[in-house]
Amino acid sequence: MNPPILEVRGLRKTFGSLVAVEEVSFSVAAGECVGLLGPNGAGKTTTLSMLAGLIRPDAGEVLIAGRALTGDTDPAKRRLGLVPQDLALYEDLSAAENLAFFGALYSLSRAELRDRGAAALDLVGLSGRAKDPPRTFSGGMKRRLNLAVALLHDPEILLLDEPTVGVDPQSRNAIFDNLETLRARGKTILYTTHYLEEVERLCSRVVIVDHGRVLADAPLAELRAREGEGQRCTVELAAPAPADWIAALRGLPGVRRVAARESQLIFEVADLTVAVPAVTAWLAQHGAQITQLSSARPNLESVFLSLTGRNLRDD
Amino acid sequence: MHPLLALIGKDLRLHVHNRRALILTLAVPIAIASFFGSLFGGQSGRVKPSGVPVAVVDLDHSAVSAQVLSNLLAEAGLRVSFPTNEAAAQDAVRQGQLAAAVVIPANFGRDAGRGLFGGGAKPDVVLYEDPGRQMESGLVRGLLTQHIISAVARNVFNGASGRQFTREGLARIEEAQGMPAGDRELLRTMLGGVDRWLARVETNGTSAAGAGGPGGGGGGFSLPFNFREEPAVREAVHQFQYNGYAHSFGGMSMQFVLMAAIDWGLAILLERQRGLWRRLRAAPISRGTLLAGRAASSALIGFGTLAVCWGFSMVVFHVRVLGSWPGFVLCNLAVAVFAASLGLFIAAVGRTPEATRGLAIFVILILVMLGGAWIPSFIFPEWLQQASVVIPTRWAMEGFDGMTWRGLGFAAAVKPVLVLLFSSLVCGGLAWRWFRWEAD
Ligand SMILES: Nc1ncnc2c1ncn2[C@@H]1O[C@H](COP(=O)(O)OP(=O)(O)O)[C@@H](O)[C@H]1O
Ligand SMILES: [Mg+2]
Repeated sequence: MNPPILEVRGLRKTFGSLVAVEEVSFSVAAGECVGLLGPNGAGKTTTLSMLAGLIRPDAGEVLIAGRALTGDTDPAKRRLGLVPQDLALYEDLSAAENLAFFGALYSLSRAELRDRGAAALDLVGLSGRAKDPPRTFSGGMKRRLNLAVALLHDPEILLLDEPTVGVDPQSRNAIFDNLETLRARGKTILYTTHYLEEVERLCSRVVIVDHGRVLADAPLAELRAREGEGQRCTVELAAPAPADWIAALRGLPGVRRVAARESQLIFEVADLTVAVPAVTAWLAQHGAQITQLSSARPNLESVFLSLTGRNLRDD
Repeated sequence: MHPLLALIGKDLRLHVHNRRALILTLAVPIAIASFFGSLFGGQSGRVKPSGVPVAVVDLDHSAVSAQVLSNLLAEAGLRVSFPTNEAAAQDAVRQGQLAAAVVIPANFGRDAGRGLFGGGAKPDVVLYEDPGRQMESGLVRGLLTQHIISAVARNVFNGASGRQFTREGLARIEEAQGMPAGDRELLRTMLGGVDRWLARVETNGTSAAGAGGPGGGGGGFSLPFNFREEPAVREAVHQFQYNGYAHSFGGMSMQFVLMAAIDWGLAILLERQRGLWRRLRAAPISRGTLLAGRAASSALIGFGTLAVCWGFSMVVFHVRVLGSWPGFVLCNLAVAVFAASLGLFIAAVGRTPEATRGLAIFVILILVMLGGAWIPSFIFPEWLQQASVVIPTRWAMEGFDGMTWRGLGFAAAVKPVLVLLFSSLVCGGLAWRWFRWEAD
């Protein structure tokens, strides 16, 4: 594995009496794509702000390629590309003017601004709208431009703060395609989100935070293993199952756990080929009518649920 | 491209794209300044001032009243009308159409002449005044007094009517009971002398009555002095004269440049609120560059606004810089710099844009009002004139007035410019200290 290009050690930040980040440490290797996952208010944005030098931590340090940022004009800032959670765009300037302005803050030449601006617009599929101001854009297009603006100075490390919040599925897919392209180009990506499936799609490793603390920091595969090799199987019945069925079902061969949710029965199974015939046979014996049966690879949701005690959705 | 230039260019672009800001900094001050300018005197020497509307009802129809009427008509400051009767005149005053109405009673010429020698009842000249226009009716009263005295005096001491009065006077002296013999003798000698002198003028054929009048140098009696009205500013030597628009354009363009300063301050708060501040702070540029960019773009926009407003006033209302041009330009620069620093100050102390706007508008309106941008500060009560010396905008107006219609030299611009620049330093320094650099 590459040496870490981004290292976070013992970060802490309080706002008055509120502890936004209590103790966060992790590191990201060059070229790695890490998900920073946590529910709203977990301290993700605050952590990212400290990473980018926007706010000073109360304790701890951030090392970029082994060195701490020394001030506002530290050239190491050029290695970072921050995509803020808000749509940080000038609504009245054209897309091209936005790109050129933010690029110029990194002292790019006019030629560089022009060429890289065009390339960034091309990447996010907005080439045709270069002359239009963001106020005429859809939410998804604004999100894409928000991403493009961070790319002009060609940073090695991308700090993405919930870059898909509030966009339609199509734009979300487009943004993911862009990020996959960037990952393929060797960019290091720290992807902040409270959507589990985004981390699963993009990242190889996940850092789970809540209440300003790291709850888990592991490769995705390892977390899945924690969940066990087991698989999930959902049976949809015509009517809700009686409560006393649960214990009986749990005793069937290959079944580990059973949960009922309205007319659904959710099984965690050690071996699908053993469990499914047993379950269907038992249900048929007891007069239950199966309307649908599905199985899925293990989902990380239960891991996060057990780690955070919170739902990872918008709550 | 240098980041500072990029920051300035971004602000200028945003300003040009922002129609509301453009209207607020250009169209509105020009419109309001034009209106205020026309209220405060407008362009003297170009458009004839409309004059104080006053009505005269002459119930006398004597040589004296005719003289008073013709003198009043000749007054540039009055617009005289002649209603048919007293009631109509009184009505017009009550309805606000006239500032005052004068009624010259019947037999005024005769009674006033006698009154001068202490004989008979003095006639009553009635003056109806609009209580809301005391300045104007005061002017009417002054002019009326001047012209009545002059007309009566001339009538009494000149020509045939003059001899009539002196003879009546002599007769009354003889008839008067209980007058000490010495007094009687002196008065008899004085009036007798006047009578004999008038008789001599008559026989020599010199028309004293014709050559008399308030300013006349001929024989006869008249007021012992003339008014010569001279403005205290250097307008006489210039082709263009005092112009009320000069003050209003200076005041209004400054007011709206300061108003724009609120928007510049709020723009920073909005950048903060909308996450743009994160991008700005994430870039490898110093705090000094960030604030300098904002200050420079604000000052440029402010200076441009002042230039356009003044340009308009010069082309349309013939406002001229009668004093020093370098002084004038410096004053404008200093006002622009002051406004820019005020914008930074607002950004430093403001929390949310919404909460900041109202308070900032209030403070700036007070600044502008006490600075004399609406009405000249010399109209203020004495204590306020003294107190407002600490207000930078007061000095700005002093500089503008000095360089435009007062026609003062460069030296008169130095103090206003220094006061404004010092105030800018204070505002900018506090902004630097209190600014929240962290993104939130
Ligand atoms: N500037 C700030 N002032 C006060 N509290 C803040 C500030 N920024 C964040 N917080 C608080 O810190 C906590 C963590 O916020 P944040 O880092 O934005 O969480 P996340 O990005 O994970 O949703 C929240 O409770 C939030 O209200
Ligand atoms: Mg956040």
